[in-house]
Amino acid sequence: MRKILSLIVAALIALPAWAQEISFYYPVAVGGPITKIIDGFAADFEKENPGIRIKPIYSGTYQESIVKALTAHKSGEPPVISVLLSTDMFTLIDEDAIAPWDAVATTADDQQWIKSFYPAFMENSQTGGKTWGIPFQRSTIVLYWNKEAFKEAGLDPNRAPATWKEMADYAQKLTRRDASGKTTQWGVEVPSSGFPYWLFQGFTTPNDAVLMNKDGNTTYYDNPAVVEALQYWVDLAQRQKVMPPGVIEWGTTPKDFFERKVAMMWTTTGNLTNVKANAKFDFGVAMLPANKRRGSPTGGGNFYLFKKSTPQQQAAALKFVKWVTSPRRAAEWGIATGYVAVRPDAWDTPEMKKYVEGFPAAAVARDQLQYSVAELSTHDNQRVTKALNDGLQAALTGGKSPADALKEAQREADRILRPYRK
Amino acid sequence: MNRANAQIHGWLLLLPAAVLLALFTHYPVLATLWHSFQSTPRGGRPADWVGLENYRALIEDPVFWQVLGNNLWFAAGTIPASIALAILMAIWVNGKIAGRGFLRLAYFVPTVLPMIAVANIWLFFYTPTYGLLEQLTVGLLGLPSHNWLGTKSTVLYCLMVVTIWKEAGFFMIFYLAALQAIPPSLGEAAAIEGAGRWYYFRRVTFPLLMPTTLFVLVNAVINSFRLVDHIVVMTRGGPDNASSLLLYYIYDVGFKFWDSAYASALTMVLLAILAASAILQFAFLERRIHYQ
Amino acid sequence: MTRALEAIGAWLLAILWILPLAYAFWTAFHPPEFATRFDLSAPLTLQNFVNAWNAAPFARYFANTVLLVSLILGAQLVLATLAAYAFTRYEFYGRDVMFALVLVQLMIMPDVLVVENYRTMAALNLTDTITAIGLPYVASAFGIFLLRQTFKTIPLELDEAARVEGAGPLRVLWEVYVPLSRPVYIAYALVSVSYHWNNFLWPLIVTNTVGSRPLTVGLQVFSSGDQGIDWSIITAATLMTSGPLLVAFLLFQRQFVQSFMRAGIR
Repeated sequence: MRKILSLIVAALIALPAWAQEISFYYPVAVGGPITKIIDGFAADFEKENPGIRIKPIYSGTYQESIVKALTAHKSGEPPVISVLLSTDMFTLIDEDAIAPWDAVATTADDQQWIKSFYPAFMENSQTGGKTWGIPFQRSTIVLYWNKEAFKEAGLDPNRAPATWKEMADYAQKLTRRDASGKTTQWGVEVPSSGFPYWLFQGFTTPNDAVLMNKDGNTTYYDNPAVVEALQYWVDLAQRQKVMPPGVIEWGTTPKDFFERKVAMMWTTTGNLTNVKANAKFDFGVAMLPANKRRGSPTGGGNFYLFKKSTPQQQAAALKFVKWVTSPRRAAEWGIATGYVAVRPDAWDTPEMKKYVEGFPAAAVARDQLQYSVAELSTHDNQRVTKALNDGLQAALTGGKSPADALKEAQREADRILRPYRK
Repeated sequence: MNRANAQIHGWLLLLPAAVLLALFTHYPVLATLWHSFQSTPRGGRPADWVGLENYRALIEDPVFWQVLGNNLWFAAGTIPASIALAILMAIWVNGKIAGRGFLRLAYFVPTVLPMIAVANIWLFFYTPTYGLLEQLTVGLLGLPSHNWLGTKSTVLYCLMVVTIWKEAGFFMIFYLAALQAIPPSLGEAAAIEGAGRWYYFRRVTFPLLMPTTLFVLVNAVINSFRLVDHIVVMTRGGPDNASSLLLYYIYDVGFKFWDSAYASALTMVLLAILAASAILQFAFLERRIHYQ
Repeated sequence: MTRALEAIGAWLLAILWILPLAYAFWTAFHPPEFATRFDLSAPLTLQNFVNAWNAAPFARYFANTVLLVSLILGAQLVLATLAAYAFTRYEFYGRDVMFALVLVQLMIMPDVLVVENYRTMAALNLTDTITAIGLPYVASAFGIFLLRQTFKTIPLELDEAARVEGAGPLRVLWEVYVPLSRPVYIAYALVSVSYHWNNFLWPLIVTNTVGSRPLTVGLQVFSSGDQGIDWSIITAATLMTSGPLLVAFLLFQRQFVQSFMRAGIR
């Protein structure tokens, strides 16, 4: 009897030696540094956890990554985990692709871990009482400003505009034209290509407007406060002429900033390291200007757990995700990339404290969290956001008035979301 | 060989190609038709028959009409221009201009560069203020700055230019080969009779190039519906769908919205257009070809 | 006078046409600060190439692409040869119908059938493989059409002469038809290779990982970014990936044109 027992015990001990492979889709951005960091994380984790192998699959932009992940899920090799936009949550649920983390995160310690993230980030990560995403690389929009340009325009280089009126006024002073009337430097650029809805939330939130409800089945695109916000944005280019007309390309906005073609720009805090490396002038980072209140949408990606994985894989995945979102790693990640470290205790680590001391701009996005709201996210998310994107681009190119553009967008969104309201 | 053997051998030789063609061309066409009459399966819900509903949605979809218009306009803009340029280039390269080798290289180079790669370069060209185009128009010529890709009225033309740039050199090679096959005696005879160059071109060269033109035309039409790589990089269909083409919209609907049924309906429209243009071209132009 | 104007016109056009490539060279060999500034005194650097090489597994992408175009071409040549032979020299039921069906693919290429072909690949469990990228293209209507035209021009006497010497049908094909169609094969190979080297949308849809991704998709994944566009690194990557084709064309320009001409594609 004892022999059999010891055999069984030996077998049980031997089982975990079989390596679990965790594939995960990761939306890579240009530049070796980020993929190297992810590879580094994978290697470090594997060292501490022999028996689990982490396989990052770099899959392009967020848009491309969700296409890839869902494509893989629907056929062939589904991933185990993926870092995807927090707003893809409803789509992934509807496609029956993901499992809630609460199902595997069952111990008290696990539950504590789920509660340890910033609430602003959890808004796009939980619905129906379950946690579907774990925040990993989250961001908010921030305003970068060229301190030298401010000085040249007679503005206080250490003070960023704090309200809409101030931003418009500063931009007027910063917009420079040469003798023939050509603009050599614009006051401000808010990009509007690809996903203008995100930048738009940087206007609606300070105007105290929300774009959708918590269940993700209703949008409020034609709310008067929303229309007002779009009018302000459109006026910057068309009436005050402090912003380039037409659709402004996201990809070239940082370059415009470095080239001093624009004095202030709105972009993700995730660009912080990039700006630090490439701006050959003193620059500042500030929260977005307020109107009725302060605010910005959150952005960025969460970890999702895919359904078609085995229980062993899911347990191993949980281990990895907990490890990589531990205070120390979250701090490391935030420092290396400029994304907001996703949990309060990450900011209390000695490394992070030192970093913020030397580079206060890094903490701006974190400070903005208390005013931040969820990013636009609904069922059939891509379509519903496209309706808004199209409307925003129509207004910004002067094709439609803000009121008309948003009314049509709302009509389209209603049509798409109706089946989800039953 | 006897008849039975001929039958068997013939079919055997044809079989591999036939099977693959059936699997990846004929079957998908039929399957697309079938799926366009169904709804999109989502998560738990399977697909079911909905008749013409996808087509009704298509007719009511303003984006579809915009995209269709864009594509037709795009075809009209790029096809004649690339063919005309190709003929011109071929004539130049075939003639006695100094540095022909370099000319031929320059004209053909766009063909060997992947569109995805050059689209980023063209993105730079079109960037406002410090883009290459603006450095010329604004910096040198003093014209006002313009957001070429970010303005609805100019974005499609900008993409057309990129397409013409990419295609003309490829067609040039076909025309070059055809030109070199025209016996020089024809040219000499025309010169003796005192015919001008333009007259010679219109009455002799161009008609003799007709078979090539038909071939190139078929290619150009297909390409104007097939090539959407530059949209993916440069504009993603914007602003507000002003630069979206039918295949790009299909990709969006099928692989971003995952609405496979609607994507099938859209594909049917695309297939219908391609089929119609094929019939038109072969029937209409076939008559006008002079074979040597 | 007009000749001189024409020459100028031709040269201007050529300069315009080569501008993107020239810009790529400029930007790839100079530091990022000079990507938009054309200062002739700017220093040269190879760092962009190093960065580009390190940023994505281009060696793997290269290998995938070479494998892909070779496999496709090989299969296309075999299938098209056999099919064209069948259409030319055999009489069998349904031959004309089949030929008409083949011609359908001339207009309706796999590129427009992406939604369905993706479904098929998923059902066959072939997604994310090089096979999946190539399979829809391997039966090439263009190749069959071209070769049939060519085979038709080969005099029957040669065929009969070979048969008199006791050669079976396949040997006749191999020893008579194929050698006489060499220019056509070369022309076709050139078209096929450049088409598939540059193909993007279908490989984008059907591949997910580095293991099967060709260069075009690799470039796109690599040049789309949250952090904005860095032209120095993109142009370096572009030059690396188009390099082989460019060099090949430079070396074989005349042959390119000659083979098209002798293929009698018109």
